[in-house]
Amino acid sequence: MRIIKSVSQLERWREQIISKQKLDGVVISVCGGTGCHAYGCKGVKDQFAKNIRKDDAEHKIRLKFTGCRGFCERGPIVTIQPQGVFYQRVQEKDVPLILSQTIEKGKVLDHLLYEDSTKKRKVASEKDIPFYKAQHRLVLGNNGLIEPTKIEDYIGMGGYQALAKALFEMEPGQILDEITASGLRGRGGAGFPTGKKWEECRNTPGDYKYIICNCDEGDPGAYMDRSLLEGNPHSILEGMVIGAFTMGANQGFIYVRHEYPFACKSAEIAITQARRAGLLGKDILGSGFDFDAEMAKGGGAFVCGESTALIASIEGKIGEPRSKQVHTVTEGLWGKPTNINNVETWANVPLIIRQGSQWFSSIGTEKSKGTKIFSLVGRVKNTGLVEVPMGISLKKIIFDIGGGPQNGKKIKAVQTGGPSGGCLPASLFDLPVDFDSLTEVGSMMGSGGMIVMDEGTCMVDVAKYFTHFLEEESCGKCLPCREGLKRMREILAGITEGKGNGESLSLLEELARVVADTSLCGLGKTAPNPILSGLRYFRSEFEDHVYRKRCPAAVCTHLIQYSILEGDCTGCGACKKICPTQAVEGDRKKSHRILSELCTKCGSCKDVCKANAVRVQ
Amino acid sequence: MGFRPVDEIVGKYQGKKTALISILHDVQDQYNHLPEGALRKVALKLQMDLNDIYGVATFYKSFSLTPKGKHSITLCLGTACYVRGGPRILREMKKDLNIEPGQTTENKQFSLNAVNCLGVCAIGPVMVVDRKYYGEMNAVKAKRIIERMNKKGNGGKS
Repeated sequence: MRIIKSVSQLERWREQIISKQKLDGVVISVCGGTGCHAYGCKGVKDQFAKNIRKDDAEHKIRLKFTGCRGFCERGPIVTIQPQGVFYQRVQEKDVPLILSQTIEKGKVLDHLLYEDSTKKRKVASEKDIPFYKAQHRLVLGNNGLIEPTKIEDYIGMGGYQALAKALFEMEPGQILDEITASGLRGRGGAGFPTGKKWEECRNTPGDYKYIICNCDEGDPGAYMDRSLLEGNPHSILEGMVIGAFTMGANQGFIYVRHEYPFACKSAEIAITQARRAGLLGKDILGSGFDFDAEMAKGGGAFVCGESTALIASIEGKIGEPRSKQVHTVTEGLWGKPTNINNVETWANVPLIIRQGSQWFSSIGTEKSKGTKIFSLVGRVKNTGLVEVPMGISLKKIIFDIGGGPQNGKKIKAVQTGGPSGGCLPASLFDLPVDFDSLTEVGSMMGSGGMIVMDEGTCMVDVAKYFTHFLEEESCGKCLPCREGLKRMREILAGITEGKGNGESLSLLEELARVVADTSLCGLGKTAPNPILSGLRYFRSEFEDHVYRKRCPAAVCTHLIQYSILEGDCTGCGACKKICPTQAVEGDRKKSHRILSELCTKCGSCKDVCKANAVRVQ
Repeated sequence: MGFRPVDEIVGKYQGKKTALISILHDVQDQYNHLPEGALRKVALKLQMDLNDIYGVATFYKSFSLTPKGKHSITLCLGTACYVRGGPRILREMKKDLNIEPGQTTENKQFSLNAVNCLGVCAIGPVMVVDRKYYGEMNAVKAKRIIERMNKKGNGGKS
């Protein structure tokens, strides 16, 4: 790799990369996101590599192993350029066929195409798939085009041009104005204006300053930061160097959860490459500006997503938050001014610098600009990462992009904002998705988890789940959070076990208010949100549990019964064979029966029943 | 044991105290857990109080002071996996292996972990067995994977 010492050298390098890429001919991209890994994408990639080598076709076919393309549920995903063919659920055995038919003869393989079930037709290109159609993939779009381990791919796409512009055509003050004018707000959860944060850090006097990229992504059900760092790490690094130049920072850290092994590797490789190319370190691009970055690994603590706890963790200490009377921008890492932004925020920075604040602020709503990546997951048909302009309605995301219900069950809620957020009922699905609208109705944007729930999801159980989650993740430093969460979880557990009484709900509400008012950090302050939003929108479900000892969603094991529907049972015997407690009886080819006194409600019979004859009530 | 690899690990991070968490990760990779002797050596090398190191090693969930089993089974209980039936899988795994999350079977074959999100939410419920990811799991599928592993090795129920 070369060392780039000036803008003209960077430009020359880019031109060389582009002219070399023109010789590539066909490009086969295999998605290497973690979701596709679970479906065996590595085997598919290896098969391609083997066959291409065997055919001696390396000079005319470029094989790319890219980052996550978002439509994880349909993995492994393979795309072929320049034809623009989008194949899904590709298996190793399909590889020779793709090479001999699609690559050699230009023939599209029908069985690997996505089927649009609403129109009952096969779709050959990505842009025609409903899941992608309504999206606006500014930040995530390049994930499918570049190989994250190759800095050349990023440079070829115009990477580090924003940095060159920032270093040589702009003053730090101008960059700050541009970020402020763009209206960019923090993508990590709270939506604090990025420009304001940068300004405070910039104005704080100090001989040494730090910036941090927060990839602790602890919100369960959200994985956009992981996918960005895995799939396009240089865009984040570029954003960080621009930020460092603006604020006068000397050193940066990318803090990654250790549960993300691919992201850790990707960040490390990108840092090494950028350093070797002269895009990190001393005298970046010959500008005289020095800045370096390194990766820090987390240890599996949710609270470390909180800025002061994260700082403690980088310092090698226990991840306990501290009171925020003094902001981290004035006194952060090792007591020095420190600016922390989330992965997606950093990734937006190069886009704004390159294309201007005016362009950026033309997307989105009045107070929430740009796009936001959501992980659309749970009980919805099309699951994956979706990037949409701010202000789009929940309905559009869940039904147009997500394709609606998964198994014909009615969708009743969507959970946003992670454990600090809340569950919103279907009656609010016309709501525009932006920072302020979601907060107004008792939830929040959070880092972008969007977990769809249907009739089969019990809202009391969900409230119990989040409270238990937060109880486990509470660092234990302050009493309201440590003790309050435990008591609230106990009350909720009692309700799901049919032990709730007339006082349970009012006691829950009272405790929730105390915990919210008196906890030290954001974790405790927002911890009661799942309970409060549950009671606000789904009170009747809570009351069913308390007063009628019934779980309408048939989830809470103490309140449900398993049975076999006589007319639907084919008597295949699969349930009888799998039942661990011999609670199923019946002769072959005759309807079976569940003996409730032996049944442990494990649900295995339902898992194996092909006739869908097992009922839970 | 002289815990010689610890020298190398601490050296890799230039003996920086701030790299403690990364160092502990590497020590755990080396020994499959954090042995007391290794922690004492880390303390000595970094010139830190053993107390502080113990604090960090017990605060963060990824560290274990007791040896882990030959195979690690991790079940995701993130929200997306949860609403798609993750808890039921965990319940069955607990029953099958006769251990609680965080524990290891007596024959040291399996360690069971429940984590709060692995970031593979679109294909939940997710289970990771020895670093291999499995999506769209249910209790029956999970049992079959464990059975297969039992047959392959000499493992068995504790």
